[in-house]
Amino acid sequence: MEGNIILKFENVGKQFDGNRVLKDVSFTLKKGEILGLVGENGAGKSTLMNILFGINVIQETGGYEGNVYFDGKKVVFKSPFEALNSGIGMVHQEFSLIPGFTAAENILLNTEKTKPNIISKIFGKRLETIDEKEMRKSAQKGIETLGVDIDSDTLISEMPVGHKQFVEIAREIDREKVKLLILDEPTAVLTESEAEILLKAIRNLANSGVGIIFISHRLNEIISVCDKLVVLRDGAVVVERSVGGVEIKQIAEWMVGRSVEGEKNFHSKIQDISNDKDIILDVKNLWVDMPGEIVRDVSFKVRRGEIFGIGGLTGQGKLGIPNGIMGLFPSGGEIIFNDKNLPLNNTYNSLKSGLAFVSEDRRGVGLLLDEPIDMNIAFNAMQVHDKFVKKFLGGFIKWCDNRAIRECAKKYIKELDIKCTSAKQKARQLSGGNQQKVCLAKAFALEPTLLFVSEPTRGIDVGAKKLVLDALRGYNEKNNTTIVMISSELEELRAICNRIAIVSEGEIVGILSAKAPIADFGLLMSGIDKLEEEGEDNE
Amino acid sequence: MNKINQFIKNFGWPRIIISIFLISLFIIGPFFGIPTDMSLNDVFVRFGMNSILVLSMVPMIQSGCGLNFGIPVGLVAGLIGAVMSLEFKLTGSAGIFTAFLIAIIIAAVFGYFYGKLLNRVKGDEMIIATYVGFSFIFFMNMMWIVLPFKNPSSVQGFKGTGLRVTISVQEYWYHVISDFLKIKITEHFIFPTGMFIFFALMSLIVWAFFRTKTGTAVTAVGSNAEYARAAGIDVDKMRIISVIFSTILAAIGIIVYQQSFGFIQTFNAPLSFVFPSVAAVLLGGASVNKASIGNVIIGTILFQGILTMTPSVINSAISIDVSEVIRIIVSNGMIVYALTRKGR
Ligand SMILES: Nc1ncnc2c1ncn2[C@@H]1O[C@H](COP(=O)(O)OP(=O)(O)OP(=O)(O)O)[C@@H](O)[C@H]1O
Ligand SMILES: [Mg+2]
Repeated sequence: MEGNIILKFENVGKQFDGNRVLKDVSFTLKKGEILGLVGENGAGKSTLMNILFGINVIQETGGYEGNVYFDGKKVVFKSPFEALNSGIGMVHQEFSLIPGFTAAENILLNTEKTKPNIISKIFGKRLETIDEKEMRKSAQKGIETLGVDIDSDTLISEMPVGHKQFVEIAREIDREKVKLLILDEPTAVLTESEAEILLKAIRNLANSGVGIIFISHRLNEIISVCDKLVVLRDGAVVVERSVGGVEIKQIAEWMVGRSVEGEKNFHSKIQDISNDKDIILDVKNLWVDMPGEIVRDVSFKVRRGEIFGIGGLTGQGKLGIPNGIMGLFPSGGEIIFNDKNLPLNNTYNSLKSGLAFVSEDRRGVGLLLDEPIDMNIAFNAMQVHDKFVKKFLGGFIKWCDNRAIRECAKKYIKELDIKCTSAKQKARQLSGGNQQKVCLAKAFALEPTLLFVSEPTRGIDVGAKKLVLDALRGYNEKNNTTIVMISSELEELRAICNRIAIVSEGEIVGILSAKAPIADFGLLMSGIDKLEEEGEDNE
Repeated sequence: MNKINQFIKNFGWPRIIISIFLISLFIIGPFFGIPTDMSLNDVFVRFGMNSILVLSMVPMIQSGCGLNFGIPVGLVAGLIGAVMSLEFKLTGSAGIFTAFLIAIIIAAVFGYFYGKLLNRVKGDEMIIATYVGFSFIFFMNMMWIVLPFKNPSSVQGFKGTGLRVTISVQEYWYHVISDFLKIKITEHFIFPTGMFIFFALMSLIVWAFFRTKTGTAVTAVGSNAEYARAAGIDVDKMRIISVIFSTILAAIGIIVYQQSFGFIQTFNAPLSFVFPSVAAVLLGGASVNKASIGNVIIGTILFQGILTMTPSVINSAISIDVSEVIRIIVSNGMIVYALTRKGR
């Protein structure tokens, strides 16, 4: 029995500058077992994994308490390299790929396939020649094990997030002697069908004897793939048990520590906007050159006051649409917004005319990681609409109104329930889900007429997800703000949207009413059935 | 105890060690016949002379243009301002203000084109800036000879044309700022209040700039250009603003230096300011993309302190004049240290 245990946490605790985030965490994991680790945003999941993996921030902020046993021995990893060498792999919540390298190079980083040469025979393995052909083959194999179609020669910087995620996972799986694999929200950027592929791969891996820790906010994934469940609440383990017989609702209650109402009550509130009389956004023949998410020819109309969803598989172009309209990637076509022609490729103008965008790439585009939360929230509104500034000398000097900025931040911290020590905390120090909320607050602070949100609930826990969706919905109702929401999660689109467009191969293959049967969406996504604007007739 | 640890963490071991070294030099100095007041005088004067040059690094670092190895561009603008004011034969504060005014205008123009250039080489700013600095100096070496300067104190005596290598400002605006409200503390220690007030003023301007809308935009460009772009900010424009700002500060800084030193040094002289200014700001704890006024103050005190104290103490200790050698070793040693240490 003892020999079968690969990992054991014993009374592990951690605090950041007096802020306690983990206390007395103990649980075990057996070989070949998949452990689902769940908890609210900021519960301490990523921190716990960082401790296990020897991430530097942990040491820099004063280490941790308690013991970690791996493979029978007590371990204290001082760096991720030590962890890697002893057989732990980790897929981080935030990507750790090197943008200028190809997929193959990233996958095989540090495990490069080498050929012996004369020099290496004398001086050792470090000087062996890199075997590029072998590398490419092996990388391609790694990607194929996952069951996705990605060219291993593509540069990471040119990939959509979903593909990056697969590459990152392929990298960890490829390491030969991996005994324990940590997956921190690997499915957050994937659509359900893609996630399924991944879950299968994980299962296979576990069957070969690897222990796996799987973190996800999609509780159905936990139930379908995990053997064991550990629930963290405010840094403490509240439940450790086998998954058999557990229900989603039950897990959610353990997470938040009170009973939660069902998510389904969204539908009832949807406003009835069922004709094309008042069009706020008219997109005609839009193309966008966003690497990995190319939009070829897209036309659609968004009605004033509605919530318009855009779904589709990763890499098909759904993300390219808002990125193109906001001028973040080269684009062309015709956009009529509020009866005025909107020039493309001009971000400032798009923002100024009342658009706002919450990017799916939260660390790349969404946040200033080393600036405080309040600055992150207020920045766009200040730059675009001159909010939060005091003008002197007839507007020549525009002085930041720090008090107003802080007040505004406080308001959103409360409204969106952002877990932080103060409005002055650096964005880098927030948990993934809370960073996402800061991005949303940034867009709300702009008070837009039309809001694009891309993957708004990525990395957000069940409770907060309802909160965020409610916030979007509430914002939509209160200010009559039109919202265009792009998401990989069909369920979430169906929960709050009026109509949903499905994108495939850079084109819209159909627009359905949110009430359409789920099978119809499935058909559209798989590209089997090309419907033309069927949703229009449905209503 | 916790407070002490926190302090060590914030201040950083390298700076603590260097400070301890500097303090010990002050302590042992008197034993070798170096009066403490004289040492203090040297350190304070040198701080006043160099601090604005170091401060000029800040805007470009903040906007992500990196360390300004092209500081000679600004220095040349300062030189032009200074010799022009001599041409007008203006003395006292009128003279130095004219120098500032001309220098600022010229620095703005130079900075604009320098910034345009740096925008084309994003990612390699520091290397290109170094080249720009050098080539600009060589270009100006020709110009100093050709330009029709007239003032006899500026031009070479025997030919009557072409600038001298060092031009005395003794009769024009020597110590105009240094002597403003100066305080004589002991015989060898005269506190140059004016230079400190001036530095405070410049720091205040820099500080205030980064608290305006434009200033925050510049900071955002430096910490995450993609973020800034998504906020509709013209990244290139913000970078140019920061380069102009840095260049103007450098131009002002060199004039402050000259009025204290007593001479305008032309031709290759600006090159010798590049590394010390860069090293000082790094030593103060700045990284390649984040710098504060605190970094400037700490860095300048430490760098200039060590630079003045080490040679004089060692010299007196072994009674042979090796001060120049020591100075070179110390200053280059610190530069190498500062450049190699990882940015935060
Ligand atoms: N470097 C840091 N400095 C200070 N506090 C930190 C730091 N990193 C994390 N924290 C805090 O620790 C808490 C736990 O964060 P953690 O990232 O572990 O949450 P999580 O469970 O992974 O949440 P999520 O589901 O949102 O990813 C948060 O409150 C966060 O603000
Ligand atoms: Mg996390």
